[in-house]
Amino acid sequence: MTLTLAILVPLLPFLGALAGLAAGRRAPGLVRPLAVLPTLAAAVLAVLVMVGLGPGHHLDAATQLTPTGGLPITLSFHLDGIAVLLAVLVTVVATCVQVYSTSYLREDPRYPSYAALVSLFTAAMLLVVYSGDLIVLLVGWEVMGVCSYFLVGHHWERPDARSASIKAFLVTKLGDVPFLFGIFVLASDAGTFRIDGVVAAAQTGQLPHATLAAILLLCGVAGKSAQFPLHTWLPDAMAGPTPVSALIHAATMVAAGVYLVARLEPVFLRSTAALVVLGIMAVITMIGSALCALAQDDLKRVLAYSTVGQLGYMAGALAVGDRDAALFHLITHGAFKALLFLCAGVVIHAAHTNSLTAMSRMDGLRRRVPDAYATMGLGLAALAGLPPFSGFFSKDAILTAAEHAANGEALTGGLGPAGNVPCWLGWTVLIGGLLTALLTAAYATRLWLLAFFPVRRPEQAAAPVAPTAAAAAALVSDEPAGPVEPPAMRAPLWLLAVPTLALGLVGLWPKALPAWLDGVSLTPSPVTWPIATAVALLGAGLAWLAWRRAAARVLAEAETDVGAAADPAPLLLGPLLAPARVGFGVDVFYDRVFVRPFLAAARLVSFLDREVVETYVKGAAGTPGLLGRAVRRAQNGNTQGYLSALAAGVVLLAVIVAVAQ
Amino acid sequence: MTKLATAPALDSTHGFLSPSGVEIVFVLVGLAVLGAALLTVTTKQLVHAALWLVVALGGLAIEYLLLTAEFVAWVQVLIYVGAVVVLVLFGLMLTRAPIGVSPDADSGNRWVALGVAVAAAATLVTLVVDAFRSTWIDLGTVAGSTTANGVTLFRYWVLPFEALSVLLLAALVGAIVLSRRTARDEKER
Amino acid sequence: MHLVYPAVLAALLFCVGLYGVLARRNAVLMLMSVELMLNAVNLNLVAFDVWLRDILHAGQALTLFTITVAAAEIGLGLAIVLLIFRNRGTADIDRVGRLADGDETTGDIEKESGATVG
Repeated sequence: MTLTLAILVPLLPFLGALAGLAAGRRAPGLVRPLAVLPTLAAAVLAVLVMVGLGPGHHLDAATQLTPTGGLPITLSFHLDGIAVLLAVLVTVVATCVQVYSTSYLREDPRYPSYAALVSLFTAAMLLVVYSGDLIVLLVGWEVMGVCSYFLVGHHWERPDARSASIKAFLVTKLGDVPFLFGIFVLASDAGTFRIDGVVAAAQTGQLPHATLAAILLLCGVAGKSAQFPLHTWLPDAMAGPTPVSALIHAATMVAAGVYLVARLEPVFLRSTAALVVLGIMAVITMIGSALCALAQDDLKRVLAYSTVGQLGYMAGALAVGDRDAALFHLITHGAFKALLFLCAGVVIHAAHTNSLTAMSRMDGLRRRVPDAYATMGLGLAALAGLPPFSGFFSKDAILTAAEHAANGEALTGGLGPAGNVPCWLGWTVLIGGLLTALLTAAYATRLWLLAFFPVRRPEQAAAPVAPTAAAAAALVSDEPAGPVEPPAMRAPLWLLAVPTLALGLVGLWPKALPAWLDGVSLTPSPVTWPIATAVALLGAGLAWLAWRRAAARVLAEAETDVGAAADPAPLLLGPLLAPARVGFGVDVFYDRVFVRPFLAAARLVSFLDREVVETYVKGAAGTPGLLGRAVRRAQNGNTQGYLSALAAGVVLLAVIVAVAQ
Repeated sequence: MTKLATAPALDSTHGFLSPSGVEIVFVLVGLAVLGAALLTVTTKQLVHAALWLVVALGGLAIEYLLLTAEFVAWVQVLIYVGAVVVLVLFGLMLTRAPIGVSPDADSGNRWVALGVAVAAAATLVTLVVDAFRSTWIDLGTVAGSTTANGVTLFRYWVLPFEALSVLLLAALVGAIVLSRRTARDEKER
Repeated sequence: MHLVYPAVLAALLFCVGLYGVLARRNAVLMLMSVELMLNAVNLNLVAFDVWLRDILHAGQALTLFTITVAAAEIGLGLAIVLLIFRNRGTADIDRVGRLADGDETTGDIEKESGATVG
C-alpha cells in the first residue's frame, strides 16, 4: 500500500506535466488545475507515505527492467526517514509555488509550459529522493538540470535570462561529468548500482577507491549545490521568474547535492581527504557568499548568495560527519528560503524594481505588502538564526556537530568511523560557521531595513525619487496605497511561515525528527548556542548601527549627493565592497581562463572549416565546372577550330603510322 | 585499272648534284608559287590575296607546262585564273570586303593552324622525300598533249565526264537558287 | 626530273592551303585557301601521271575532273557565302557559330578572337 502511494508520488506530477504540455494550447482552462492539483495530490500522498512508513523503518522495492550485461541497473525505490521527509518538503514547497505562480504569472503567455515544467521538475526531484539506484537517481538529477535550464530561461526574450540559463546548464553539467565517473567507480567497487548495496560495502570497508569516488562525486555536488568553485551560476539564475527561484534554488535542486552526500555519507566517512575537501569547500563558500550577499543591490541576488552560504553550512555539517544536522538544516532552510523568495516576489511586484537602494527611497511599501512584510521578517529571523525560529535550531545543530568534531568525537550516528574526521576540520567549520552567522545576521538585517524602512530627505517626500519609470509611475499613479497582494500569493506565504516558526522545535524532541533520521541528537550544545546567538545579535546590531549612520549621512548631505542611499554595506565592508559586489571576480576569472580560449578555439575551428575544408568542397564542386567549361570550348561553333582539331588528329595519326613502320 | 606501261628505269646519268635545266626552272617557279601562296594566306588586304592567288595559279600552270601537261596547263589558266578568281573577286565585292588593310583578317585560331600546318608539312615532306628519293620522271616525250587527253577522256572516262556535266548543271542551278532574292526579300527591302 | 620536286612542292602548297583554311577569318579567303589545296593535289596527280605514263592517263583526266569540280564548288560556296552575308551582315566565319554549345546569344553576336579551340 505504502509502496503504491510512493510510486504515485513522483508519477502524479509527471503525468500532470505531460497533460499540461498537451493541453496548453487546446484547453487553456485546464492548465491551472493541471498545474496545482497533481502536485497537491502528491503532497497529500507524500504525507500519507510518511505516516505509513513510520519512524525508523525503511522500505525497499526493486525491479530490473532489462539486463545490461554488466552491473545491473534496477528501477528501485528506497524509502526511509530521510527520503519521506524530504519528499514532503519538496511537494509542499512545490504546491505553494504552483499556487503562487497562478497569480504571479497570470498574464504570462507561456504559463502552460512553465507550469508543466515545474511539475516535471517536481517529479524529477521526487525521483531523486525516492530512488534506490544510483543510475535512476542520475536520471532524475539530469532531468532537473534540463528543467532548470528551461525555467531559468523562461523569459527568453531577455538576453540576461538566455545567458543565465545556458550558464546554469553548463556549469552544472561541468560538475556532472566527474559525477558520472564517480558513480561508475563506486558501482564497480561495490559491485552494484543500488544505494544500499554501496552503503553496505562502505560500512564494511569494501570500497578500495572510496576517496576517488567521493571526490568525483563532490564535483557534481559542487555544481548542483552551487558550492565554490562552481557557484557562479546561482546568482545569475535569478533572471528567471521568482517562483522558479523559490522552488529550484531554495528547496529542491540545490538540495539534491546535499541529499546525495547525505545518502552516501558512509562512503565519504571512509575517506578523510574527501571530508577535508568538502569541509574547506564549505567554509570558503560560506564566508565568501556571505560577504557577497552583504554587498549586493539586487534583492534576489542577496537571497541567491544567501542560499549558497546556507548550502555551505549543510556541506560543512556533512564534512564533520553529522548528516542529521545537515538534513535538519536542509528541511528548515527549504521552508524559510522558499518563503523568502516568494515574499521577494511579492515585494518586487509591488515596488516594480529589484533594487534595494531604490526600495530604500520608496515610501509606503510596508503598507502595500503587509503580509509579505510580516512573513519576510519571520523568514529573515530564521535565516539569521535567532531563537525560537527554526533556523536557530538547525544552524546550532550544525555548529554543535562541528564542536563535537573539534573535540574529536564526531557525531556520525554509526554510519562510519568517527576517527576519519580530523579535529582541525571541526575547528575550521566551527569558526567559519560562527563568522558566517555574524555575516548572515548582518545582511539579513540590511535587507530588512533597506526594503521596508525608507530613508528620504524631506523635500523628496513631495517629489519621490524612483529609479525606474515604472516605479515612478506606480508611485504617482492611482495605485492603492493599501495592500496589493492577491490571495493566491498570500496563502502560500502564511503556509510556509508555519514551518519557519515551528519546525525547529521538532528537532528537540528525540521521538520526533531524530527518530526519523539516524537517531543522532539534534539538541544544540549548551556551549555553542549562546555563542552563536550572541554572534548573530552582534551582526544584526552592527548592521543596524551602520544603517543609522548611513541614514544620517543621507539626510545631512541632501544638497550635494542626490543619489545617495542609506546602505550600511560600504560602512561594514569597507575596501571589500567592490570585490564583494562582483562576486570576488570568479566570473571574470572563468571568463578569461575558460570562456575566451574556448571561444577562440571555436572561432579557429570555424575558420578552418570555412577556409580549409570548404575549400575542398568548393573545389570539388568547382572542378567539374572548370572541366565542363574547358570541354565546352570544343563545341563553340567555330568551324575552323573543328577543322584544326581534325587536321591535327590526322597529322598525328600519319606520324604514328609512319613511325611505327 | 591503272596499267603501267613501262616503269621508269633508274638512269645513272641523273643525280642531285647536276640538275637539268628543267629542274632549275621548276624549282624557281615553285618558289614563286609558294611565295605567292604564302602571301595569299597571310596578307591582310583581301583583294591582294585574290591577286596573289592569281600569281600562284598562274605559276602552277607554268609548272604543268614544264611537266609536259599542256592541256591541263591551259585549262588551268582558263578556268582557274579566268573564272574562279573572277568569281572570288565578285564574292569579295558582294560581301563588302574592305579595301585596304583589314585588321581582323586572321582569326584567333592562327597559332594552332600554324602548328598543324607545320606539322603536316614536316610529316608530308619527310614521307615524300623518303619515298621518292630515287625516282626520276622521264620527260622525253610529251605526255599531256590535247590529243592524248581527248582520246583518253572520251574513250575511257566518258561516263564520269557525262556525270561531271550533270554535276555542273546541278551546281549552276543550285547557285542560282541559292543566290536569288525571293519576292519576300524584295518587299522587305 | 627528280620526282621529289613536284611532290614536295605539292606537299608544301597543300600545307599552306591548310593553314589558310584554318586561320583565315573571311569565308571567301577560306575558299581561296581550299583552291590552293586542290591545286596542290592537281600538281601531284599530273606529276604522277607523267611519271607512270599509264594508258588511261588517269592522273591528267582526274586533274581535269578536279578542276571542274573545284569550279562548281567555288561557285556554290560563294553563293552560300553571299546568303550568309545577306542574313548575318558579315562574311566572318567566327560570327556564324550557330553550331555552338551553350547560349545561343553568344553564338554570333559577340564572337571574337577569344572563341578558339584550346
